[in-house]
Amino acid sequence: MKFLPSQEYMSRYSRHILLSDVGQVGQDKLTQAQVLVVGAGGLGCPVLQYLTAAGIGTLGIIDFDVVEISNLQRQILFGTSSIGTNKALAAKARLEDLNPEIIIQAYPEKLTSDNALDLFKSYDIIVDGTDNFGTRYLINDAAVLSNKPVVYGAIYKFEGQVSVFNYQNGPSYRCLFPIPPKEGSVANCSEVGVLGVLPGIIGSMQANEVLKIILEFDHVLSGKLFCYNTRTSQTTTLEISKSVAEYEKIEARKNSFKEDHYDATCELSVSEISIEEISDKKPIQFIDVRELHEQPQLNLTNCIQIPLRELEEHLNQISTHTNNIIFCKSGARSQIAVSILQKHNINNCFSLKGGAAALMEHLKINAYER
Amino acid sequence: MKLNIKYFGLLAEVTQCAAEVIDFSGSSVSELLELLFEKYPILENKDFQVAQNQKIVSIDTLVSEHEIALLPPFSGG
Repeated sequence: MKFLPSQEYMSRYSRHILLSDVGQVGQDKLTQAQVLVVGAGGLGCPVLQYLTAAGIGTLGIIDFDVVEISNLQRQILFGTSSIGTNKALAAKARLEDLNPEIIIQAYPEKLTSDNALDLFKSYDIIVDGTDNFGTRYLINDAAVLSNKPVVYGAIYKFEGQVSVFNYQNGPSYRCLFPIPPKEGSVANCSEVGVLGVLPGIIGSMQANEVLKIILEFDHVLSGKLFCYNTRTSQTTTLEISKSVAEYEKIEARKNSFKEDHYDATCELSVSEISIEEISDKKPIQFIDVRELHEQPQLNLTNCIQIPLRELEEHLNQISTHTNNIIFCKSGARSQIAVSILQKHNINNCFSLKGGAAALMEHLKINAYER
Repeated sequence: MKLNIKYFGLLAEVTQCAAEVIDFSGSSVSELLELLFEKYPILENKDFQVAQNQKIVSIDTLVSEHEIALLPPFSGG
């Protein structure tokens, strides 16, 4: 495609075009690029601001959240008048003023395993500016399946990490951290606080990596994790090796990807209950989400059995008048079950810690006492 | 041998130090972790990767370099 640059184009991007390593050829590459930014928060805002200013041809913004006053300390695209507005839409409004020459597509929705693959198809590069592990693993896996590079950034208090994953056969996020962290083990900004400038620094570095990829520069931050501490000004760059096994695991799940519940494996809000706490919850109904053949079989009167994979087809069996205690073998599937039910606004459900084993132990003790 | 251990993020909070020097006579990273878990029992419940000489390594790797870093995942954005 050959197009004659307008005077405005040459002026707007003149400081890029002056750089001999960019020039008009480089600027044209930026103008033709399509980048999707997941999350318009602390990281997403500076990424979007610089990519818009740089003239990225098509910018996608996906975020389901709305702007709150506590965001304004670091989420620099928003003003007081944006409070209550969806972040993707508020960002689009601000960015269109910054650069009306580009296409900005706002998706005021949540990235899910159901929409990720279709969405990623339309973009060359995915930027991870999210604030939770569920979505980070979802982005990683969907990017591997659709063969797109991910420009990753993450922060904790005064420290940040930056890397480029799945780039030219390089490692992915799962090669660094194969397994999502245990629930509640790592807090995010809304829980522990953050100095507002940190996501600004890390987000700007992500924008830099996006430009390097599009401009086909050497030294893209692939196979390396850059770590920065704003208090000590110390930087560390760690090497990451590719794990073929991790890639194979993602590929193997390709056909069932849409059914995977990424939130559930990481979300912090699932209600758990220990066996000792159950007596406070009466009346109760037990729901066994194990497969029908799984042992031990428990002889409970107030128990129904619905295997996890069939749960959504049997929502009508879930009582709304009792507290539902959901259990599986160990307590992992029951957490997924609770988050599925929460998604359907069934909120009187608790995942039993320790699963069937804990329940059986409890029943035994009670039998002796009788 | 003497090892420089560096703790990132949350790990620096649980160990209450960003870096320290420890004496290590074992051979593998997993032996080193056992030693650290003894010193800081709470570490055992944390998720992290180990880097040796600025390279992420598996726990069966032999400890041959003096620079060790413990790196947790960050979720914030």
